[in-house]
Amino acid sequence: MTFPVEVTGEPWTGNVQPLLHEIYYALQRLLETGEITVIDLRALPLAPGEEEKIEQKLGQGEVRARIEALGPSEILETGIAGVWLVTHYNTEEEILGRYIEICRIPAILESQDQDIEYGLDEMEALLETR
Amino acid sequence: MTSAEFLLWVRGPGLQIAAVIFAFGIILRFFEIYMMGRKKNLSAKRAGGTAAGFRTVATRFLPADSETMRRSMFTVVAGYIFHIGLFVTLFLFVPHIELFGALTGLTWPGLPMPVVDFFTVISMIALLGLMWQRLTKPVLRMLSTGHDHLVWTLTFLPLLTGYLAYHHLFLPYTWMLAIHILSVELLMILFPFTKLMHAFTLFVSRWYTGSMAGEKGVKV
Amino acid sequence: MANDKSLIEILKSRGVSRRAFLKFCTTTASMMALPPSMVPAIASAMENARRPSVIWLSFQECTGCTESLTRSHTPTVEGLIFDAISLDYHHTLQAASGDAAEHAREEAMKENYGSYLLVVDGSIPLDNPGYSTIAGISNLDMLKETAKGAAAIISVGSCAAFGGLPHANPNPTGAASVADIIKDKPIINVPGCPPIPVVITGVFLHYLTLGTIPELDGLGRPKAFYGQNIHDRCYRRPFYERGQFAETFDDEGARAGWCLYKLGCKGPITYNACATMKWNQGTSFPIESGHGCLGCSEPRFWDMGGFYTALSEPTLDVTRAVGVAAAVGAGAGLAVGAVNQIKKKRAQSNHETVSVDDYKEDA
Repeated sequence: MTFPVEVTGEPWTGNVQPLLHEIYYALQRLLETGEITVIDLRALPLAPGEEEKIEQKLGQGEVRARIEALGPSEILETGIAGVWLVTHYNTEEEILGRYIEICRIPAILESQDQDIEYGLDEMEALLETR
Repeated sequence: MTSAEFLLWVRGPGLQIAAVIFAFGIILRFFEIYMMGRKKNLSAKRAGGTAAGFRTVATRFLPADSETMRRSMFTVVAGYIFHIGLFVTLFLFVPHIELFGALTGLTWPGLPMPVVDFFTVISMIALLGLMWQRLTKPVLRMLSTGHDHLVWTLTFLPLLTGYLAYHHLFLPYTWMLAIHILSVELLMILFPFTKLMHAFTLFVSRWYTGSMAGEKGVKV
Repeated sequence: MANDKSLIEILKSRGVSRRAFLKFCTTTASMMALPPSMVPAIASAMENARRPSVIWLSFQECTGCTESLTRSHTPTVEGLIFDAISLDYHHTLQAASGDAAEHAREEAMKENYGSYLLVVDGSIPLDNPGYSTIAGISNLDMLKETAKGAAAIISVGSCAAFGGLPHANPNPTGAASVADIIKDKPIINVPGCPPIPVVITGVFLHYLTLGTIPELDGLGRPKAFYGQNIHDRCYRRPFYERGQFAETFDDEGARAGWCLYKLGCKGPITYNACATMKWNQGTSFPIESGHGCLGCSEPRFWDMGGFYTALSEPTLDVTRAVGVAAAVGAGAGLAVGAVNQIKKKRAQSNHETVSVDDYKEDA
């Protein structure tokens, strides 16, 4: 009788592969039904280096955006179109949250109606002063 | 009582009580048994008994003949699986080795958890099978006493609770671990005063039987 | 004590955009251990949230919990939470002292009777009220008085939740937890030594946004944060399974990041969010730094047989007791054996020699 036991030098949780599968199916759903999926990386047990491993596997894509709202936020499209990596920082550049979003564009990038309303007010003020 | 307090009790005073009764009982039984002595053998020895005693210790690991083997195949196989499984679970599970280390200062290497888990499961299956046989076979059923069922339960519970604790099943781990330790303490307390004592007397009695037969000139 | 403004109005008055608010809600969901799909619900709840008055009482404690909380108090997101509550009394953080401070508490209690949130850190001595007093009032009296008008109580830290360090054997002050004393109010236990800062704010946020008590476990802890077992969530778990353990803090195994069970890690009996939420803005947690879990979010963690004693080891000395028991057993065994021998001898000496003739007579 033999009992296969994998032994490697690095600690791992075994969560990298399942997560990639989850992303794969979420991407399928996005295309078929338009369903958006958000995965909170902080809610998963990951060993040191595993988060980097996921990023590395997904690669870098064409879009790289930066938001300044209550501290910076970084929005990157990964090498897989439709898979985004969103990182929120506070003003001290400490990470508040990291998410993998499977969507056409992360909601945070879109201008919000409420802000557009303020924008309208400001435009009106701008036009009146001219 | 919170689970933490329960765990603290079984790891502290509970274990002390159980260990004290266990040690007291085992030593008491040893003295009691060995001081019984035997009647003087007045007949002339036909052969030496020592070697025959040791031979019997070894030969009794297997049934005496193929007919017995055939008839009690299940008991032999399940019995072996259970005893080997129990041995591995008890002595080669790392947290258990830590306990023995803390108590005796002696440690040894353990096995990976899934291996121990496998042996735990087959021990439990074997025990269940043996109990099934005991309950369904008319002769065994007639021979079984409350004592047999008590001893079976005392042995089965630590395996079951340990398995549940390890897999974090049924109850939060702290509760399950405490219940597991308590079940072992119950086993320890009743050990010296039940058939379980055979773990300590088994080889001695085999040797004695063998040596007596040897002195009478019986081939063993 | 201004309960008139909603959170969204406060944010708006600070020039916080809707987008920033969304970001705030997203990270808040993370903090509350809620799935990202809950963000819209949080956003709408927060738009209507009012500032509750908070009274914070510190009893037999080390201020570590407050330190932990203020360390999470970065000028932005978590800071806003503190703008969203009205912290009317906290004797470490408030500017007022002496009579003025106590008046602030009394006033807050009067104005918000029945609706304020009471936060407690530290345990309460029951042996002698003089062991810990504030403004000449014993901790016990102050707790009872302040708890009366509270809508709910949050016990921050293991001392308030379970007694903590002051309760450690032999508990010289007769320290008790809040729940030991107050029986008629909803109590949320947020244990830890200290609790994870974002867990403290997360519980506040839950109460603030949803206005409810989060789902609690058997020990009164929010399941969202204390529902996960450290051992189950530990990234070193595979080493445990393989049977690879660090034997000392500086051996090969320790360097390779092997399991710390043998070095006393209490992860298996500990329920907390450390393994996922981590500390210092998500940098790491104790096991990641090479030290076993102390089990600080569990009752009586100080008494669990020592921080460096493996969980399966006894908490009391057993060896000596066993030695004595064995000796007594030997003595008792000898006595029983001797009695048996005597009985046997007596039986032998009572044997009468009989012959066939004796039986013939009987017949």
